[in-house]
Amino acid sequence: MSEQSGMFGATGSGDTSGYGGLVRSVFSLGSAERPFGSYFDQVADDLERAYPDFADAIERVVVDRGELTLHIKRVRLMEVALILRDKLLFEMCLGVSGAHYPADENRELHAVYHLLSMTKNQRIRLEVSVPDSDPHLASLVEVWAGCNWNERETFDMFGIIFDGHPGLTRILMPDDWRGHPQRKDYALGGISVEYKGAETPPPNERRSYR
Amino acid sequence: MGLIVGLEEKLPSGLVLTSVEKLAGYMRKNSLWPATFGLACCAIEMMAAGAGRYDLARFGMEVFRASPRQADLMIVAGRVSNKMAPVLRQIYDQMAAPKWVIAMGACASSGGMFNNYAIVQGVDHVVPVDIYLPGCPPRPEMLMDAILKLHENISEEKLGPNRKRIIKEVEAAALAAKPTIELKGLLR
Amino acid sequence: MSTYADPYASSRETTEGTVFSVTGGDWDSLVTEIGAAKEERVVVNMGPQHPSTHGVLRLVLELEGETVTEVRCGIGYLHTGIEKNTEYRSWTQGVTFVTRMDYLAPLFNETAYCLGVEKLLGITNDLPERANVIRVMMMELNRISSHMVALGTGALELGALSPMIFCFREREKVLDVFEMISGLRMNMAYVRPGGVAVDLPANAIAKVRETVKDLRKSFKDNEKLLVGNTIWMKRTAGIGFLDLAGCTTLGITGPVLRSTGMPWDLRKMQPYSGYENYNFDVVTTDTCDVYGRFLIRVNELEQSLRIIEQCADKLEKLEGAPVMVADKKIAWPSQLALGGDGLGNSLEHIRQIMGTSMESLIHHFKLVTEGFRVPAGQSYTAVESPRGELGVHLISDGGTRPYRVHFREPSFNNLQATSAMCEGSQVADIIGAVASIDPVMGGVDR
Repeated sequence: MSEQSGMFGATGSGDTSGYGGLVRSVFSLGSAERPFGSYFDQVADDLERAYPDFADAIERVVVDRGELTLHIKRVRLMEVALILRDKLLFEMCLGVSGAHYPADENRELHAVYHLLSMTKNQRIRLEVSVPDSDPHLASLVEVWAGCNWNERETFDMFGIIFDGHPGLTRILMPDDWRGHPQRKDYALGGISVEYKGAETPPPNERRSYR
Repeated sequence: MGLIVGLEEKLPSGLVLTSVEKLAGYMRKNSLWPATFGLACCAIEMMAAGAGRYDLARFGMEVFRASPRQADLMIVAGRVSNKMAPVLRQIYDQMAAPKWVIAMGACASSGGMFNNYAIVQGVDHVVPVDIYLPGCPPRPEMLMDAILKLHENISEEKLGPNRKRIIKEVEAAALAAKPTIELKGLLR
Repeated sequence: MSTYADPYASSRETTEGTVFSVTGGDWDSLVTEIGAAKEERVVVNMGPQHPSTHGVLRLVLELEGETVTEVRCGIGYLHTGIEKNTEYRSWTQGVTFVTRMDYLAPLFNETAYCLGVEKLLGITNDLPERANVIRVMMMELNRISSHMVALGTGALELGALSPMIFCFREREKVLDVFEMISGLRMNMAYVRPGGVAVDLPANAIAKVRETVKDLRKSFKDNEKLLVGNTIWMKRTAGIGFLDLAGCTTLGITGPVLRSTGMPWDLRKMQPYSGYENYNFDVVTTDTCDVYGRFLIRVNELEQSLRIIEQCADKLEKLEGAPVMVADKKIAWPSQLALGGDGLGNSLEHIRQIMGTSMESLIHHFKLVTEGFRVPAGQSYTAVESPRGELGVHLISDGGTRPYRVHFREPSFNNLQATSAMCEGSQVADIIGAVASIDPVMGGVDR
């Protein structure tokens, strides 16, 4: 996350307000330091004990708003997932979702996994980043079978390719659709609405606040 | 619209034609059977219209036929996505004439609040629509009002040579009409 | 295949084997052609338009006789791009979009989204208690109306026509309450970040109590229709089996998980909106089948009624309390009132902002058009919707619009269980199994 300039959403039209020169920087969170608070310390301890390559695999630990996020290196994803399921008892994966950060060079596509442990009543989040040029990730269908459709949806919407998935095809869009709709470089695709004498532009082309 | 119906092959002319038109209209409107095409939220209001409180059975319409061959009316209830559009057209094609379409709800009439890549901006891009019903979702009473207006239209439909004449007139008027953006309105 | 080329029953070879196209005509010639083929497998498409598939769901079945050997779900026929649309609207406008995802439980969508936004804003503990109690009451009423549709349409799909009419009658009573409180029957956009849009009208609590009494009586009648009914049990007992191991690996929550005996309900385990202050039980059965899930839904209705009565008691004590968070920079600025054409700004408020105070006009304007800014970060909040765990993953970049909104819809994940539940059973059992999962395609496809 980075700098944002300008007050209004659409660019290119004449800006007489003077707000066009506004520059805001958005800070992204650095890695959290121990102690994390509540059950997060116990999770981190268990993970370190069960997984010897812990320090190598976890890029960042973020504790924010009462939630623990572990940023994992792409190559270690399968190992960490297996350890979390078998040793730390996170039996249920609630699904994968994607996010696209075009400003983050070489880490544009993020896949976010939410895990739930019913036995311990705990939740954590795993986040993995992959570059646009090589959007491959290991598929976690063998670890949690419920990831099947979620990975298909993330592929459909963002273009992240899950290696090892039993049938990675489009699930929400028609099978022959081109493009991945929820990426930031894909237009919303609305059409302008025609009234008597004028047109209203679609939401992605209007002058609007950031 | 110029499909051969069993009735239309044997039409008389003149005054007798007018009486036949009235009779055919009366009979067609009183037993209109809807096809199940409930897609999203409007489908629930359509089901509520068919249920006990807002009873569609009083118009003879509580039988939602699953098979398009047996249905007269397709109530497109809900948002039509790009993936669903070919299916919608296929169901419409499979219905036997005479058939009518009600676009129920804002999403079916014009795309509604979803002006984006996934939704067809109005089912009239795909099928010819007779009645547009706004609302998000429209109340069951609004749906019944739309159906009653459709009933009036049906009872006044012409047959045979009268029908051909009306079709020609409507088409000529549509071709000669000014596009919406050139009309004078409140925005300019 | 055969030397006789029949114009009505042609066949062609494909990579999957021989495909027969039947277009009417001579049945005998078709049967001889198929009889010559060694395999008995038939691929049947229960297409997106079907009276029994609970919405626009496409099921591709491979049948051997009447037994299903493989079933695959085709979804996406209702994909609306709601998640991408919310990136172009302010945080409060997102409520109107999000409410139309799972259209049978709109208040759950709204509440989950608002809880997520409030977590990002950090005001979860600043919400007035009256707002929380109203949210709980509306959610439980919504649970009743959603279960009514689930039970009614499930029964309809399996051939029982009367329960549908009975259930929709009860649903209408609940929708009357919704209309009185929020102005709309469905998709109300009533819950907003910071609280609820408008306070309850004067006689709402009396109406709620009356409705509860009414519903209790009607539920007894409805139960007599199907609970213990031999035909119903023959259609549903032992069907659609999915045990606890299957549920956990597939990520299934809600009545399907509770039918395995696991008492997992987010209202008890990870309470939100003050649910820890209410007395209710988590309903489970341990038969893992369609009948068990049906019983769970029937019994959850009674639990919801208990919660609603407790809410009504609390609301009477909290008369006059605010329903929006006190921070004026976040709270929705308008004072709404029911007018001749529905819910709109009350006339006194308009008189005040237009007539007397320029600052309140500017403040109202900025809050409505620009919206409030939410600090950067991500959050995941989950509520227990009638179908399972409804989770909202929000990412904010510090602006007035969401950066990413993702809904973890229970129907999406639960529908993956269809293959596990149905393969090996008969075609008619698929209908029951899908009805017991109770998918809402608006939530599946978003």
